[in-house]
Amino acid sequence: MADAKVPQAAEKAQVKAELTARADDVAAKNRRAATIRTTGIAVGFVVLLYVVNVLAHGNFLEPGNITNVLRQITVNAIMAVGQTFVIITAGIDLSVGSLIALAGVVMAQISNALPFGGAGNFVVTLLAGLAVGCAAGYINALPVVRLGLPPFITTLAMMQVARGLAFILAHGQPIPLRNGAAFNWLGTGYLFPGQFGFPGIPFAVLVMAVVAIVFSVLLGRTAYGRYVLALGGNEEAARLAGVDTVRVKTLVYVISGGCAAVAGLLLMSRFASGAPQNGTGYELQAIAAVVVGGTSLMGGRGTIVGTFFGALLIGVLYNVMNLLHVESYTQLIVLGVVILLAVVLDELRKRYLAAR
Amino acid sequence: MRDIVKTFPGVRALDGVTFDVSAGEVHALVGENGAGKSTLMKILAGAQPADSGEITVDGAVVAIDGPRSAERLGIGMIYQEFNLVPDLGVIENIVLGVEPRRGVFLDGAAAANEAAKVLGELGIVLPLDRKARRLSVAEQQLTEIAKCLVRKARLIVMDEPTAALTDREIAALFALIAKLKAQNVAFVYISHRLEELPRIADRVTVLRDGKAVETRPMAQMPPDDLIRLMVGRALENHFPELPAVAADAPVVLDVRGVSSASGVRVNDVAFRVHAGEIVGLAGLVGAGRTEIVRAIAGADVPTKGEIAVDGKRVVVRSPRNAIAAGIALITEDRKAQGLVLGMTVRENTTLAHLAQFERGMFIDKPAETAAANAEIAELRIRTPSAEQIVRNLSGGNQQKVVLAKWLIGHARVFLFDEPTRGIDVGAKAEIYALMVELLKHGAAIVMVSSELPEVLGMSHRVLVVRGGEIRAEFARADATPDKVIAVATGVAA
Repeated sequence: MADAKVPQAAEKAQVKAELTARADDVAAKNRRAATIRTTGIAVGFVVLLYVVNVLAHGNFLEPGNITNVLRQITVNAIMAVGQTFVIITAGIDLSVGSLIALAGVVMAQISNALPFGGAGNFVVTLLAGLAVGCAAGYINALPVVRLGLPPFITTLAMMQVARGLAFILAHGQPIPLRNGAAFNWLGTGYLFPGQFGFPGIPFAVLVMAVVAIVFSVLLGRTAYGRYVLALGGNEEAARLAGVDTVRVKTLVYVISGGCAAVAGLLLMSRFASGAPQNGTGYELQAIAAVVVGGTSLMGGRGTIVGTFFGALLIGVLYNVMNLLHVESYTQLIVLGVVILLAVVLDELRKRYLAAR
Repeated sequence: MRDIVKTFPGVRALDGVTFDVSAGEVHALVGENGAGKSTLMKILAGAQPADSGEITVDGAVVAIDGPRSAERLGIGMIYQEFNLVPDLGVIENIVLGVEPRRGVFLDGAAAANEAAKVLGELGIVLPLDRKARRLSVAEQQLTEIAKCLVRKARLIVMDEPTAALTDREIAALFALIAKLKAQNVAFVYISHRLEELPRIADRVTVLRDGKAVETRPMAQMPPDDLIRLMVGRALENHFPELPAVAADAPVVLDVRGVSSASGVRVNDVAFRVHAGEIVGLAGLVGAGRTEIVRAIAGADVPTKGEIAVDGKRVVVRSPRNAIAAGIALITEDRKAQGLVLGMTVRENTTLAHLAQFERGMFIDKPAETAAANAEIAELRIRTPSAEQIVRNLSGGNQQKVVLAKWLIGHARVFLFDEPTRGIDVGAKAEIYALMVELLKHGAAIVMVSSELPEVLGMSHRVLVVRGGEIRAEFARADATPDKVIAVATGVAA
């Protein structure tokens, strides 16, 4: 009877061959489905943009306007990338808007205090900003991983503390950069300026692209990313599988704080000053981008690519409404409806797939 | 229920099932994992819609489009994982959703009366003011039954009601079912414990691969027929032959004076397991068996004691240390502790040993897939591919994914906590055969089980646990049910 139960080598080999064949099959089918989906989305997007362009009397598809949209979404997209990691673990980070201000103020002060300008000034300032953001993220995580407190509370507290600290450090006033030249390129500069009949690619957009790609790879292709997803899906199962849940969870808040600091650097460079009132309300914009991008607030599911498109969609929407001279109050209503609609559509899509 | 059909992605879960229950009858529903029992019952309870087919109650065709409409028809459902609100008291849980009101306010006194009336009629004693999370499993089940009765249920569906109960609690449950039968309440009784069916069931229906293969009065269904109908083949012997432990087999796991203080206190537990040996931990539910293996595996942090694997001392402060030392814990609750249900078979299989699949900074996905496919073949996991989401698999196949996760790590010590709970005869036999396979490779196995025949049939030695301590040790030849139970219940030292 024992031999009836343990599969023999021949049987195993056959099952494996079948699975491999089926895997190839499934992969081919998935690729086809993905191609169709991507083509569909791309065509839809182009048609939509064309319609919008006509409505906006040809102003939308102006190269200048497109680079504008991309630059406008950089701050939100970078914050949202960090936020995605936190939300996948079923957490939330409300402090990122305030951290933009705190990191911005600290960076402005450090930059102004340095005896040298140029690239050296930029690098030291950046590192200082990252240190502030990451440290704040670490403090956010401590009560969450040690005492099991809800991240909503700890990051809400950090949101208040960081904002207050920013105002105190800056004495309530924006701090103008003395070495503005070292940051100008990032704030307003372009790669290939004016070439190819195009205003060029803003450096800020390049930074956004690098951040998005690096973290997309981190989430999708590394063990750390897998652990983040596993922890969000079932924390106890992950822990019993030997995942260092404390470290993994702490790091997501550090990543989120660090991303907020980078976003703060972009904002500071753009305005050539660090202002304590910067980033007010930005945390909700970032969360909106993540959610619109298909990440589940319940944890366990989400992608950086989705988040990027979430931020892009929101940015395009604002831009189009501005071009069409939609009143700013109305814009709020439209944005709210779009957030809800995106999540409802995602839910319906999931149900459709599950029912098939 | 007539001609019920339900399909899931890639699976025809129910293929034209017809099933009926009469008033005052206990109708048992049996079948292997994935045979379609749970799906059929979920359709009856309104938790899932059927693709086609019809349901009649008292001769009238009804549409069940949600749990509420099932409730109105007098259908009560008690799932294996109970549906109580942990922070509400017994009374609040019993009347949840049907709370008596006075104007806009809840009428607490009326609720207490109603609950007390239902419980009193049946002679059930429950700590009424206690929160559900602090109830024992048996008490939670009684609360669920009371919940059905307050809703005037005429048909109660029970999914594996005895899986977590002690023998005494089972006897009490059966007495209660008999009382309710006398009041014309009907039961659908889903169970893998075939030996208890003659004690409780009037008729039995066997499901296999989404079809109802046979319905017979229980009295005309000998166990052999039942098993043959379930698996579609004869299984003459439940347990495989255990290979003898070599006289000079080295000690693989050495547990010295381990204590822990999470849940049931574990006090000064010491034992050894040799290469190629299975040590069974017997005892009642709540005796501390699970806590002992959890302490060894670092799931709970031991407060005292030492653990050595292959003679090397291991400091176990977390599951990570234990895994690194070659200790694998196969937990009893696969959904809460064993699996990330939203992830694929591949991702779950490699989760505990992801470092093996890293190439540079990145995960080598083809290597992962190959490893997962090898385990799918080895364990006969029924899944369309390694990319299937684990949530969509049946219970027995989910359990096999948990095993796959630990098999790829080449662990030395396997701690099985209730490895066959809630899974069918065929899958059980496969898991037993796998244990034997592991023994041949020199592994040491510790098995916790509430099924006494399983402990006795699958262990070289049996340790009896009570109150978080090991009270007795029996060699295989001396371990008889009455001796073990005597120690477990405290009748004998």
